[in-house]
Amino acid sequence: MSVVDVAAFLGAYPYRDLGRAGSAGWLVEQMDRLGIDRAWVGYLPSLIHADPSAGNRTLQKICAPHRDRLLPVPTLNPEQPRWHDDLNNALAVGAPALRLFPQYQGLDPAGDAMRVVTAAAAVAGIPILLAVRLEDSRQRHPADRAPELTAAAVRTLVREDSELRVLVTHADRTFVEEVHFGLTTAEASRVLWDISWIWGPPEDHLGLLFDTVGVERFAFGTGMPLRIGDAALAKLDVLDLAEEARRGVLGRHVTEWTAATT
Amino acid sequence: MLIDVHAHFYTELSGRSDWRERNARRLEVGDRIGITAHVGSILGTWGYRSPTYFPSRDDVEHANERMLQMVQAVPGRVFGYCVVNPNYPDHAAEEITRCVDRGLIGIKLAASRRADDRLLDRVAALAAERGVPILHHVWQHRRRDWPGQDASDAVELASLAERHAEAKFILAHLGGGGEWAHSLRALVERPNVWVDLSGSGVDVGMVEQALETVGAGRLVWGTDLTMDTGWAKLRYLRALDRSSEDVERVSYGNAQQIFPAGAFDVSG
Repeated sequence: MSVVDVAAFLGAYPYRDLGRAGSAGWLVEQMDRLGIDRAWVGYLPSLIHADPSAGNRTLQKICAPHRDRLLPVPTLNPEQPRWHDDLNNALAVGAPALRLFPQYQGLDPAGDAMRVVTAAAAVAGIPILLAVRLEDSRQRHPADRAPELTAAAVRTLVREDSELRVLVTHADRTFVEEVHFGLTTAEASRVLWDISWIWGPPEDHLGLLFDTVGVERFAFGTGMPLRIGDAALAKLDVLDLAEEARRGVLGRHVTEWTAATT
Repeated sequence: MLIDVHAHFYTELSGRSDWRERNARRLEVGDRIGITAHVGSILGTWGYRSPTYFPSRDDVEHANERMLQMVQAVPGRVFGYCVVNPNYPDHAAEEITRCVDRGLIGIKLAASRRADDRLLDRVAALAAERGVPILHHVWQHRRRDWPGQDASDAVELASLAERHAEAKFILAHLGGGGEWAHSLRALVERPNVWVDLSGSGVDVGMVEQALETVGAGRLVWGTDLTMDTGWAKLRYLRALDRSSEDVERVSYGNAQQIFPAGAFDVSG
């Protein structure tokens, strides 16, 4: 069984010192400890860099010594001239997805620029990753005023392009429900969710969503190095999940979903 | 042994039809992850008849009565805090006396009044007199008022703790929202305040910094509303390069020291 973390990052975080935790060495150590085979990794400094291209190159370089474990997920900013070069570079290096941070890039998450770049990603057959948030809103730095992603924006993007595939990370139960049940079955099949922000017992939001939305719509994400990777595993471990379903969440769902796009 | 110092339970007046299932699920998951003692509270009627953080006297009495019934129904596994609203000082004192006499082992202060308000002095003095700790709801570094509560932060709790050095306090849910590093620094010189690691927050660095700043001797383990995140932090703690003594202190040893002697010796 292959375990894939779809919501990991590398690099420094602007609002809190992560120490070693932002390094590839730390991430690989944690993956070894937790039994994670591969991680899709974004680059945290790209959250606030207007031009993410230099960060993408840095990310590529950092991941290179661990190419069998760490898969760089480049960031695109569609307001930058020649952003399509970044898209082409991502395709050239075989990136599994593209990260977009419209809230941090000052973009309307369902506005024209986002629709153009998501359409390009759809044509290229590469999924996009959107994070609802990276930290609890109650603890964010006073200078970190980026709004959280809205469910309405995700619904709009998915409805606009029939080929677009979106993996949404750091969403809670309400967000998942508002998107999933606000889309047609065909539209909803193009959306995958990571489990990192969904509550476990005793409220059991994750178990409920597995029943109502379908376990096949979920993938394993940790949010490392901002969040401890143990949390995503713990919420699976307390569920009476059939082994097949567990394997699906841990890796098969995202692997199959990604393969379907290329 | 594993003591959860921050559990919650529901009743038929909690405004939700699944209250029995949630209570049962807490115990079931507790068994699975090894919790030997759930120290819980019921916050009035959770907003159903009066606000969660400003419970009426009737709702306080209802909650405490149900908590006592749960303790009796699941002896040796479920233990309880007495919830009070300090805006009713006489009632709060009467409830503490009544409930501690009948077996509750701590006091839960939520957010009906700021922790540094003099109105809490009577509650703190009574806690010291009865030898029970106060679990105090805290918003880690509260920068402004938040709806629905008079939340306190660690600086305000430290002020109360300084005035009542003989009383024991637990700062609630370090991972429950807000800037946790601020709370840790605020408590460095407050040896009568322990820190509960519960809450949905699972930031990398939180457990390490808590160990470094207040030390393993002043950390206690708990879950609050999300048992999965509590368990995750325990797993993370166990994986850190710490002595088994430190892990045991956080898991149950410190709680045994904070709560009345022998409180957890009951065999169910």
